[in-house]
Amino acid sequence: MAERKYTATHEWIVIDGGRATIGITDFAQAQLGDVVFLELPKTGAKVAPGEAFGVIESVKAASDLYAPVAGSVVEVNERLVQNPELVNKDPYGEGWLLKVEVEGEPQGLLTEAEYKADAKAEH
Amino acid sequence: MPYLVHSPEDRSEMLAAIGVESMEALLSDIPARLRIQGLDLPAGLSEAEAMGRIRALAARNRTFEDRLTFRGGGVYRRFIPAAVAAVTSKGEFYTAYTPYQPEASQGWLQAIFEFQTMIAELTGMDVANASLYDGATAVAEAAMMAVVQTGRDKVLVAGYLHPEYEETLRGFAKGRKFHVLHHPSSAGVVDPGSIEKELHEGIAAVIFQQPNFLGLVEDAAALTAAAHTHGALAIACVDPISLAVLAAPGEYGADIAVGEGQQLGLAPSFGGPHVGFMACRTELVRRLPGRLVGQAFDHRDRRGYVLTLQAREQHIRREKATSNICTNHALCALAATVYLAYMGPDGLRSVAGTSLSRAHHLSERLAALPGFSPAFPRASFLSEFPLRVDQPEALLSRLSERGILGGLDAGRWFPELAGVLLFCCTELNDPGALDELVEACS
Amino acid sequence: MTEPLAFEKSRASLPGPRLPAAGVPEVAPADILPAGALRSTPPRLPRLSEPELMRHYSRLGAMNYSISKNFYPLGSCTMKYNPVVNEVAASLPGFAWLHPYQPEDTVQGALELMWDLEQALCAVVGMDRMSLQPAAGAHGEWTGLRMIQAYHEDRGDERTEVLVPDSAHGTNPASAALCGFRVVEVKSAPDGRVSLPDLEGKLNERTAAIMLTNPNTVGTFEEEILEIAEMVHAVGAKLYYDGANLNALMGICRPGDMGFDVVHLNLHKTFTTPHGGGGPGAGPVGVKHELEPFLPRPTVRKENGHYRFDQERPKSIGRVRSFYGNFGMLVRALTYILAMGGDGLSQASLDAVLAANYLRSRLDGLLEFPQPPPCKHEFVASARSLPNGIKALDLAKGLLERGFYAPTIYFPLIVPEAVMVEPTETESKATLDAFTEAVAEIVRLAQSEPDRLREEPTSLPVGRLDEVAAARNPVLRWSPRAAD
Repeated sequence: MAERKYTATHEWIVIDGGRATIGITDFAQAQLGDVVFLELPKTGAKVAPGEAFGVIESVKAASDLYAPVAGSVVEVNERLVQNPELVNKDPYGEGWLLKVEVEGEPQGLLTEAEYKADAKAEH
Repeated sequence: MPYLVHSPEDRSEMLAAIGVESMEALLSDIPARLRIQGLDLPAGLSEAEAMGRIRALAARNRTFEDRLTFRGGGVYRRFIPAAVAAVTSKGEFYTAYTPYQPEASQGWLQAIFEFQTMIAELTGMDVANASLYDGATAVAEAAMMAVVQTGRDKVLVAGYLHPEYEETLRGFAKGRKFHVLHHPSSAGVVDPGSIEKELHEGIAAVIFQQPNFLGLVEDAAALTAAAHTHGALAIACVDPISLAVLAAPGEYGADIAVGEGQQLGLAPSFGGPHVGFMACRTELVRRLPGRLVGQAFDHRDRRGYVLTLQAREQHIRREKATSNICTNHALCALAATVYLAYMGPDGLRSVAGTSLSRAHHLSERLAALPGFSPAFPRASFLSEFPLRVDQPEALLSRLSERGILGGLDAGRWFPELAGVLLFCCTELNDPGALDELVEACS
Repeated sequence: MTEPLAFEKSRASLPGPRLPAAGVPEVAPADILPAGALRSTPPRLPRLSEPELMRHYSRLGAMNYSISKNFYPLGSCTMKYNPVVNEVAASLPGFAWLHPYQPEDTVQGALELMWDLEQALCAVVGMDRMSLQPAAGAHGEWTGLRMIQAYHEDRGDERTEVLVPDSAHGTNPASAALCGFRVVEVKSAPDGRVSLPDLEGKLNERTAAIMLTNPNTVGTFEEEILEIAEMVHAVGAKLYYDGANLNALMGICRPGDMGFDVVHLNLHKTFTTPHGGGGPGAGPVGVKHELEPFLPRPTVRKENGHYRFDQERPKSIGRVRSFYGNFGMLVRALTYILAMGGDGLSQASLDAVLAANYLRSRLDGLLEFPQPPPCKHEFVASARSLPNGIKALDLAKGLLERGFYAPTIYFPLIVPEAVMVEPTETESKATLDAFTEAVAEIVRLAQSEPDRLREEPTSLPVGRLDEVAAARNPVLRWSPRAAD
């Protein structure tokens, strides 16, 4: 299994071959609280590193979601429409958000240790 | 001093409890050069004196009787049941804060939930918000929703939209950087086929008023269909009383319905406060500006109401909010709710029907007078209509001498309508009042 | 103790209310309109008798907390007593029944009232002119920023950024964004004041304005406001004053003297017009001479003792809504100002500051205070130190249980577990003492019975509602299908 990498904006990414799965971290879901709604791109949409591709909402907060890499969306986790709580319950598994066909070489992704140090500094 | 609660002893005790000698110690962080010694305003008055002054100002205004007011243009004199003020003047409603703590605000939340339902019902749309400031800003907010939803940067105003609404819309468009195109209508109403050319330019929304500012009935279904053919949204700015009779925006497929709710139990009050309303299709609900109340349950399964989908709003989303609006005009929305609950479907139909019958009767009689003619004889209207008259200014002052507030001079905004007066009738203009007007015009 | 919806009480067999008959030949809609223009199904409005209707809405009223009943400690909301005479004033027929399009010579009293109010508000804040048109504070913010935008454009100066402190109310960045500006956040220093080094780094030739409130959101005075004004003006930007916190300063100092160029006021905060469960308010905007040409039209002009609307304002940003503002609220505000006078308004601010400092001193030891005293008209505490995982939210609900409203919680964002309290000048010492007692009891419970506290409130019409479920599957209206 490929290594999970992170962004400073609390997304995670696993790249396997040319295809990546993207979600938000456990830390991020805990900070947000119960997720009530996600606005995600459609299949075929282009995402670019550091640019917002969607929004995640809890009752008391809302955050933009930022793409860790460039690519085009090949699959969106449709189960989240009816079951947004999956992001809280299983952020690294069933709560994944997008699958992306990666374009170009990913840059600036954080290792787990780097991310944890980062998140700690934030709080 | 009025409304202040502390005695000099209270103040001393409070200062002592804080542990300071005087108020100055609490103001020490204000730079001395900023301090002023009091305000350049007269000393306070007793209630009797203050009200004397206010009454004198009120007396310097002239109010026209309900029955002799034939002027509308967005604000109408209508019958207001006594129940409306009896409810809105309860301290429990008018002195309450925004219902952010739901357990202590169920009355307000439920009343707004009822308002949302009534507006959704009237407009035939899926959902309505908890209200906006007025009709003008409601149009602007709807246009901004459409711009975000479609990703396009132009909206098209088709025909005679209230000129103050359009001016307001243009101001918001300037800030938000989208364009407002205007399609004029030479026949009083828009020929839906004629907006094709503008629609090819990539329009976010077609905005029309129904009935339009002149009181004339647009082909709303055709305008909506034309908008949809080109991927634009249809925004209908509607008169809520007319919806007892006219097809509801939801029936002809409009995407957003907005309007001014003054006629639903609110006094003209020199133009405000009134209440804007907004309703839309379910797919657009997360683009709605302003407050929304939703149903919720507690752990004992008791039904209640909460402010919901707040992640759209400025206090959470800040610069990415759907709008900057924080307020709803809750107390005005409550007046509308009580009004609509009082009227019910039959009452509303009666109010609309009586206004319509009288307006058509009046229109025929006035048009028969020398120097009067319908401005757009082929167009249909409900309870407000444009008449071309020979000498509008002389006529209006003659009417005013007889205590009549005559039609609104549309030429004030539209050069092509110089000499056109908009007359309206409501259930308060009794047949005798119509006679008086006709006689005064003769 | 819940109440069914009006729709659920509706009875299909009930006839409608008695209303005037046409008294002229009846015209059926179908006679004058094409079939496609007619409504096919009537709206499902409730059918209620008047006795049922009155009881229904009276019961709803009884479920509300209100300033008529007791104290609202809401920070940044200035929930003061709403003088009842204001309501009488606004409902005088000479105001309530005025049509906005009456000839000007028939509305001289209304125009004079607007003129007088403009003068009085300008005197309080130290501005030269004011527009009474905006319907609310946020609307005023947007109007003020639009004027600043127009001012820069008029000089051929393209400015794209508005600076907003991280402690600001959400309407500030939202209003700036609605004007098409990029929002740049300015950091607060640990004491809650604007960080001057951070500000300096963010001010440049792109800056259109900075939005500030003073006292700031944590209730402390920006002592360096004159230095800030100098820095902002040095780059050609304007200072915008959010009047949310003006209640601390009337007769003590004026935003105009601090260097602010544009000021909006909340008549529903400082000038006692009622909050009405969330509106209507009124948000007049004042400007210095330099910005006067850009005021929304129309403004009121006084000429030889006669008043008129000035519509011909070529540089105006145009109107920002229909008609002239929430006129009924303007009547209430002027009535209040006449009754209070300059002396009364000044005393009101002194008393507001006194009450806040008194309550702060009473709560010291019960809650944590990130800023040292003195505060101005409000203060921010933190519930962070409460034991057993008790949160600001639990404190808030505990206060509801004890007959008080809750303070503003989780705002400003820069203080964790923020509890923001503004007592205003119209709460007596006895009320503030009783509130302190309620907080003390909750703090004791947090120690001894935290689970009981987490269950509260238990004595109100409903307990804590499941807001997560409400937001996941929103039900925003009654519908007959759902009821079946």
